[in-house]
Amino acid sequence: MCFLAGLFFLRRGEEQLDKQTTSTPIWRNKKTVPIILQAAFVIVAGFALYFMITNMLYGLEQIGLTLGLDYLQLKASFPIAESLISYSPEDPYIRALLVGLLNTFKVSFFGIITASILGVIIGISRLSNNWLVNKLAVIYVEVFRNTPLLVQIFIWNFAVFLPMPKIQEALRIGPFYFSNRGTAIPWIQTHSNTGMWVIIIVVLAISAMVLYKLLMKKAIETGKSSYPFAASIASFIAGCVLLFIFTGSGPVHFTAPAVQNGTFVGGATLSIGFLSVLIALSIYTSTYIAEIVRGGIMGVPKGQTEAAKALGFKSSTSLRLIIFPQAVRIIIPPLTSQYLNLIKNSSLAMAVAYQDIVGVGNTVINQTGHTIETIFIMIAVYLFLSLATSLFMNLFNKKFQLVER
Amino acid sequence: MDNIQLTNSEKILSKKPQKEKNILLWLKKNLFKDWKNVLLTIAAAVFSIYIFAKVLSFLFTSDWGIVTNNIRLLMIGQFPVEEIWRVWIGVLFISALLGLSWGLWRGVIGHVAVVIGSILLIFGIIPYTEESSKMYLFISAALIPAFYFIGRKANFLKVPTLVLWILYLPVTISVLNGFGMLDPVSTNVWGGFLLTLILASAAIVCSFPIGLLLAVGRRSELPVIKYSCIVYIEIIRGMPLIMVLFIGQLLLPLFVGSEIQLDNVLRAMIAFTLFSAAYLAENIRGGLQSISQGQFEAAQALGLNNIKVMVFVILPQALKAVIPAMVGQFISIFKDTSLVAVIGLTDFLGIGKKMAANPEYLGKYLEIYIFIAFFYFIFCFLMSHVSKQLEASLGVGKR
Repeated sequence: MCFLAGLFFLRRGEEQLDKQTTSTPIWRNKKTVPIILQAAFVIVAGFALYFMITNMLYGLEQIGLTLGLDYLQLKASFPIAESLISYSPEDPYIRALLVGLLNTFKVSFFGIITASILGVIIGISRLSNNWLVNKLAVIYVEVFRNTPLLVQIFIWNFAVFLPMPKIQEALRIGPFYFSNRGTAIPWIQTHSNTGMWVIIIVVLAISAMVLYKLLMKKAIETGKSSYPFAASIASFIAGCVLLFIFTGSGPVHFTAPAVQNGTFVGGATLSIGFLSVLIALSIYTSTYIAEIVRGGIMGVPKGQTEAAKALGFKSSTSLRLIIFPQAVRIIIPPLTSQYLNLIKNSSLAMAVAYQDIVGVGNTVINQTGHTIETIFIMIAVYLFLSLATSLFMNLFNKKFQLVER
Repeated sequence: MDNIQLTNSEKILSKKPQKEKNILLWLKKNLFKDWKNVLLTIAAAVFSIYIFAKVLSFLFTSDWGIVTNNIRLLMIGQFPVEEIWRVWIGVLFISALLGLSWGLWRGVIGHVAVVIGSILLIFGIIPYTEESSKMYLFISAALIPAFYFIGRKANFLKVPTLVLWILYLPVTISVLNGFGMLDPVSTNVWGGFLLTLILASAAIVCSFPIGLLLAVGRRSELPVIKYSCIVYIEIIRGMPLIMVLFIGQLLLPLFVGSEIQLDNVLRAMIAFTLFSAAYLAENIRGGLQSISQGQFEAAQALGLNNIKVMVFVILPQALKAVIPAMVGQFISIFKDTSLVAVIGLTDFLGIGKKMAANPEYLGKYLEIYIFIAFFYFIFCFLMSHVSKQLEASLGVGKR
């Protein structure tokens, strides 16, 4: 009965529907409504843009500026304290911006490395069975992630590095010198044999890898371990030692800094601004990376560890071959976004007078008044850095991705 | 039969393992398991004792004059002293609301209320606050338990309380500004922690509707709307906040023309709102994606139109799922408000920076910045605690 009644209603409904389709009102027609909605959106957005652009052009006209990138060729005439390429106030604005870009790149690059190392250490400590180590890691994470990055940068800059002694009386700890004009550290210096060393090291590394593959293949075929890892490492080290005896020098010289006539000589001098940003940025980001690493390792099912144990793996081997490759898969996507955050946060450097792209761009804006063009250049720079990082991390991710069968 | 077995096994399962009362056993298990752990423990203990001693000696030997003499400046900036009652109205109002909500909903709001109440009490007890402020502080601290008891008894107040919460920010801002009737207090003199709180709350409240629209727009089937939303979200997320603030300061006045005057604080608020909306949109989109297709289909089968499906079926579930993520967003916006110190506003950090530049307090950088960091820490820690509790009580990620 019910079924029949249902059928009856269904038929009625269909009939009604048929009648209606012949005269669907325009506000319910599935073909026209989206077009109307989008047209309305375009009109509204267009009017808003038109309003803004006319205002902007009128405002620029009032100040007497025209849009255009010609100003980039003008003389910058402001100094930049530290730069990876040669720069003087005589150079054009475009070169000043390039110096800023390289400074951003420099602090982000070293920041990513130190933040990753710190983050992995803290993340693993967070999983430690040792109560004290575990709690110390928890305190570290909570303290540094719950205070604003800018406050941390200020503390390092104004309260730690600025009150350091003058350069003549620089505080010396081992080969490191700390002064209120920067910190000097030992650094590598290339010499005539460096190029040859690099080539030979690459050749040695490749041959060691080939040896590892061959021995591993043999070990799998015969079922007897021929120590492929130890053999390849040993061959690499032996090659390096032979080369050292042959040429009589290492790949690079290490030079230690010294104070002479009120400046640092030798080594590398890191400015206060750079150091404060680098340290604060690394510590701040490492708290997030630590949580990501912990989540990644905990995200590997416990059965994997147990299965590895049942197969007779040592705990270190199972961590290296079973747990870590699976954890990396979970870790990489959020890690990428933390790296992007770090790059973006490096813009706070301008608050402590480290001339990154935003700091230089700000000076350029103040000097020339070309706000819009300079801001677009800065957006392009960050877009480029973000895309490059994402691309690199995606390549890395592909290598570790799950091979679906 | 099945039932009996189930209850039996549950009883066995629910029996907790015997607590290790033996402290030596606990030490052996958690600190001195093997020789590696012994070394690790000793190193960590030496390190933590060293740090602890350093921190203690710093806390008790340094001169905190820069903080204690300037508490009013740190909290409200250069807000005129004769108009200070407006700030207190806001504080009293929020204490009452907090107490009321605690009584009505219990749970994690209680933790917030207790912490805020204790902060008020501590500021009332320390000798550095002015006498007139002490009265207000004690009254507002007392309002929290008073309204807690009202809230416990009066269950029918739930809806009015929610309305009051929504009204709180606009009302407070207009009282501070002097809604036409009172003398206007220019936003130029707003400062200190007050400005930080106002910037953060305004940004999160205003960015919520924009973020919601962006999130829904990004999942729209209409290509023009979809790609406009994607372009907006990705451009904003690709930029550092400080650049968005610069755009707000330098470009916004150019874009809106010379007829509309925007002051510095308003420009910063707009910049924060635009910035936060993009991030919030991504959070909400995550929530929308967690709703299964079946929910859409079921709602459509019930005859609801697109708007009703969204408002009554999808959004309530999606928003519930992203509450913890949104609290996280609020924390990061709260921390990020310190960036306005770079563009010259005197927020909590900005005013601290100015005070440290005062020759009277030469070289007191560490004291003032540690105090500021600690204050930020309390609030961020409280919020992240709330977020964790909410996550547990809403059962996100567990079904």
